Amino acid sequence: MGDALFCYVLRLADDHLILGHRLSEWCGHAPMLEEDLALPNIALDLIGQARALYTHAGVIEGRGRDEDQLAYLRREDEYRNLLLLELENGDFARTMLRLYLFAAFMELFWERMLASKDETLAAIAAKAIKETRYHVRHSAEWVIRLGDGTPQSARRLQAALEELKPYCAELFHSDAIDREVASAGAGVDPAALRQDWEAEIAAVFRESLLEEKGIGDGHQTGGRLGRHTEAMGFLLAELQYMQRTYPGMQW
Amino acid sequence: MYSQGLIGADGSTDESQEVLAAFQQRIDAEEKIEPNDFMPQGYRRTLIRQIGQHAHSEIVGMLPEGNWITRAPTLKRKAALLAKVQDEGGHGLYLYSAAETLGVSREEMTEELLAGKAKYSSIFNYPTLTWADIGTIGWLVDGAAIMNQIPLCRCSFGPYARAMIRVCKEESFHQRQGYEIVMTLAQGTPEQKAMAQESLDRWWWPVLMMFGPHDADSQHGDQSMAWKIKRFSNDELRQKFVDATVPQAEYLGLTLPDPDLKWNPEKNGGQGGHDFGAIDWDEFWAVVKGRGAMNRQRVEARRKAWEEGAWVREAALVHAQKRAERNRLMTQAAE
Repeated sequence: MGDALFCYVLRLADDHLILGHRLSEWCGHAPMLEEDLALPNIALDLIGQARALYTHAGVIEGRGRDEDQLAYLRREDEYRNLLLLELENGDFARTMLRLYLFAAFMELFWERMLASKDETLAAIAAKAIKETRYHVRHSAEWVIRLGDGTPQSARRLQAALEELKPYCAELFHSDAIDREVASAGAGVDPAALRQDWEAEIAAVFRESLLEEKGIGDGHQTGGRLGRHTEAMGFLLAELQYMQRTYPGMQW
Repeated sequence: MYSQGLIGADGSTDESQEVLAAFQQRIDAEEKIEPNDFMPQGYRRTLIRQIGQHAHSEIVGMLPEGNWITRAPTLKRKAALLAKVQDEGGHGLYLYSAAETLGVSREEMTEELLAGKAKYSSIFNYPTLTWADIGTIGWLVDGAAIMNQIPLCRCSFGPYARAMIRVCKEESFHQRQGYEIVMTLAQGTPEQKAMAQESLDRWWWPVLMMFGPHDADSQHGDQSMAWKIKRFSNDELRQKFVDATVPQAEYLGLTLPDPDLKWNPEKNGGQGGHDFGAIDWDEFWAVVKGRGAMNRQRVEARRKAWEEGAWVREAALVHAQKRAERNRLMTQAAE
């Protein structure tokens, strides 16, 4: 169980680090000052969640690796985040839609994690659920505004959906690791969240006048196994720049 | 933060001497002037310009530090930097709000910034080249900003003074955080210490320039002083800053890049203070006039964000109108 739980928590931590990284790229470049505050704020929540998860993963692993060693000092194929989250931001519509798709998933995920038999995971869930509810609200409001805004914003949002759609199925990817952790009562099997997620998404998509057929039929997977997109190497080059250039120093 | 040196008070007003004298009396009695109170046109214009410049400085100031968010060396530093840059944006937001009470909109102020008509602090036209710059900016740039801003907490214009109280609290935290980054480097490996020293070498003189030209060369200081918008002269604040910073640098074991820096027991009315070398004002004016390393890039980044975000702002507006219209029709139908 230890190995499976370590992988499970690490995947989760990677998801949050990588999306936090992408959202933080908006800081100072958003369409309005309010979003210059909101996007880094959400990024900060995600990085905070990643820190708690990496620290916990390090404890489970028991080899003395801390949050930074796990976050910064792995090879690309050792990162296990969803491909959806590493894709470049694209425009504001794509950024918000991706955040919404993921946050809506995580809201369902954390709700169930509150009952985890792993006390640390349950505690992380208790903090994360509040933050995630805000992420869902904020991003859903934008998805609706853009979808039911101007012809241009609607077109951009629909284009964003076409870009992201192939990557959504991976949210519900479930393998032996997920099943082992779920059956031990420590975690949630993501496959079990699919129906609720689709129902939640459908309601917001209706309001945003989005055409949402086939959202769960994507073919882009591999992140959970360490097979990434071309965008990932560049992201890691930035993320790891200091740790790789100046190995073994305290900052 | 903002650079005091850029502020020019425009004293020209159409008001009668009696009215101006009555206004000055309120100022001299340390009463706060509020948005709906009478104020001379020159006072209003000066504040719009100063608060606008200050707000722009916060917003443009997000860029040099934002440059290191994705490359911060640890998760703790990344989180702290994100929070800090977000604070700067927050300062911009309530400074724009304070300026709006004077009858100018945030959009107008933004357009002026992008057109090059409104200034922001020149310090942000310098590049952030190493991680140490993030520490140095917190320690020195925010430190200099605090020197400028503490007196602004007593500024005669109420909304600005109140905004400054909160801004100063957050800036003090940023300054301590920056100092702690530099201290970690100064106590680290020789390579890290060299990184801290190199950063200090690049930032020291531009930071001293943040206080603006010498009093003898500063054209508009007197009116701002009389209106109690400004409480100390450029040189007074610069001297306070140098005196506060010298022991901090000594504690770090870093060297301020000024061979003429020395203790002078006669300074500050016999209390003692530091003499320091001549500031290169040619560099200052060159950067103010657009010939700094990053002037073009900073404004370009803001223009790009503003122009590429236009469709988002438009969509939000149109959606709000659609929603209001639907609500109106629903209410009508219900009646």
